[in-house]
Amino acid sequence: MAVLVDKNTYVLVQGITGREGSFHTKAMLEYGTKVLAGVTPGKGGQSVHGVPVYDSVYEAVSRHPELNTSIIFVPSAYASDAVYEAIDAGMEVVVLITEHIPVHDSMKFIRYARLRGVRIVGPNCPGVISPGESKVGIMPGHVFSKGKVGIVSRSGTLTYEVAHAITKAGLGQSTAVGIGGDPITGMSMIDMLEMFREDEETEAVVLIGEIGGDMEERAAEYIKRCNYEKPVVAFVAGRTAPPGKRMGHAGAIISMGAGDAEGKIRAFEASGVRVASTPAEVVKLLKDALRSG
Amino acid sequence: MKLYEYEAKQLLSSYGIPVPEFGLAKTPEEAREIASRLGGKVVLKAQVLVAGRGKAGGIKFAESPQEAYEVAKGLLGMEIKGEKVNSLLVSKAVDIQRELYLSIVVDRSVGAASILASPEGGIDIEELAAKYPEKIVKVYVDPLVGLKAHHVRRVVGSMALSEEQKKALHDITLNLYRMFVELDCELAEINPLAVDRDGNLVPVDAKVIIDDNALFRRKEFAERASAELSEFEAEAKKHGFSYVELDGDIGIIGNGAGLTMATMDVVKLYGGRPANFLDIGGGARADIVEKAASLLLMHPKVKVLFVNVLGGITRCDEVAKGLVNALTTYGKGKRLVVRLMGTNEDEGKRILNGAGISAFDSMEDAAKMAVELARVM
Repeated sequence: MAVLVDKNTYVLVQGITGREGSFHTKAMLEYGTKVLAGVTPGKGGQSVHGVPVYDSVYEAVSRHPELNTSIIFVPSAYASDAVYEAIDAGMEVVVLITEHIPVHDSMKFIRYARLRGVRIVGPNCPGVISPGESKVGIMPGHVFSKGKVGIVSRSGTLTYEVAHAITKAGLGQSTAVGIGGDPITGMSMIDMLEMFREDEETEAVVLIGEIGGDMEERAAEYIKRCNYEKPVVAFVAGRTAPPGKRMGHAGAIISMGAGDAEGKIRAFEASGVRVASTPAEVVKLLKDALRSG
Repeated sequence: MKLYEYEAKQLLSSYGIPVPEFGLAKTPEEAREIASRLGGKVVLKAQVLVAGRGKAGGIKFAESPQEAYEVAKGLLGMEIKGEKVNSLLVSKAVDIQRELYLSIVVDRSVGAASILASPEGGIDIEELAAKYPEKIVKVYVDPLVGLKAHHVRRVVGSMALSEEQKKALHDITLNLYRMFVELDCELAEINPLAVDRDGNLVPVDAKVIIDDNALFRRKEFAERASAELSEFEAEAKKHGFSYVELDGDIGIIGNGAGLTMATMDVVKLYGGRPANFLDIGGGARADIVEKAASLLLMHPKVKVLFVNVLGGITRCDEVAKGLVNALTTYGKGKRLVVRLMGTNEDEGKRILNGAGISAFDSMEDAAKMAVELARVM
């Protein structure tokens, strides 16, 4: 088992004819992901790495009724339309890779998705991988291996860093989810903690947070409130970030006196979450946690 | 991007929210002229983006045009928390009887706009929340539904106001929300929203932050945003890098915001001081890496450049090529520490070895080396 994506995930690529879309379609196919179709308005009839391209999501779905998941590489000014199209056409999971989407747009489609029972991962994220089953994202597949740790992260490369160490230690991952670096994201840390809680394969969860907002604080509060049964290890990036500066991600900013790393670390520790001071320490804490149960 | 107070007030005014008449002065002469046009007592306010200008002496009153001239002379050119004062907002002084608070903000926790209103204003919202948490009314507005009459009733009802004032606050709230949505605001704040001697509601100070990601459709602000950057920031932005200036001596380059931040943190953990944060993003080719590395090697404060790359879509051989090129041209008197892992790692390490650089496998070991080098240099 895994969460969000698995061997029954049938993928549509929106923006498949673009540079990124085409490159990652190939990489996903090589990983073994079942990519059935792509969409770029006006480019229907072409094919990209053997994947047929359609003009609309509706057309793709009518030809490939198995499609249940979409990954979006559409540029920011058009991404929100692509999300609505995916939702309206019945996709269950939408992975939104696109960066720089205005927050007023994402606020709306994330709300719409919630009302329609659709899960959005992102925006501004590396996607989801359930090693050995499916990769719906842009992460390097080889740093992941099938195993028992669930990863939730607001970052991309930092996830690979930690995943690689978990792989080397022989623990592997059940599913790794990059929820995105924007101020407002579809799936939150709590959403993912809930899914990993039900997942038999997942024995421990790693949360990779960063400065900005209060998602880590809320995750900590959730862990405490529900007496989360599985061990959780966290890492928070940005301990040395100055207030008021956006650190690369739109969401990574300490503003109005809130969102600094110390507050998040304190909240985690108060909820019994083990917090690593370096990415490498995550594995050590995971091993300790799994040993002590 | 943050707007100056005068810009925020121009926007309020264009959205039908009356603000006290004002002018913008860049010289003491202009301040005198505006003061004489306005007549009576005026307030001169330093136009800076940092918070806390009042306590730093950036807001002064003047009884006459001549006094306004003298006050402006002192204010213009002064520094407030490192920011130079280039212009002053000169406005009629408001005879404040009461101070209210009103703002609309993108609430990250709920993913919706949130209206914050309080009958106590004039101090920061953080301070307000600490001092009078029970007096702050928070009204969430569903982004799909928009502002409804009941939202506004709650806002208006939260303050003890006369019927006429209620009507005025009702209009202000509607207009502020319209502006918040139409201009892609992250924050639209009126604080204080004063009640003057005649009982009118008057925005005395205003803050607006526009979503950087929406600047492509807010061209009027986009130009300002790029004009504000320092030389290094502008150069970094031109190449699509995320760049933040810090005050240490170890230049940091990483791929991906989280990894770059973590790199910075680890350097600090081992006793070093990062000079900056530079994220080259995903999939950077040799020429892009060369530009990033050159930029930091040219930076006068950078003694050691620490590059931490975890190759996914970014290829280590491209990174290595870019670094070697930058080092050849700009590396004199500087040291380079590299951590490379991932796609084409062996080829990347071979290229670096050819230039006499040995790359680390672990970011922690690499960080220790960078800190040690910066210490002895």
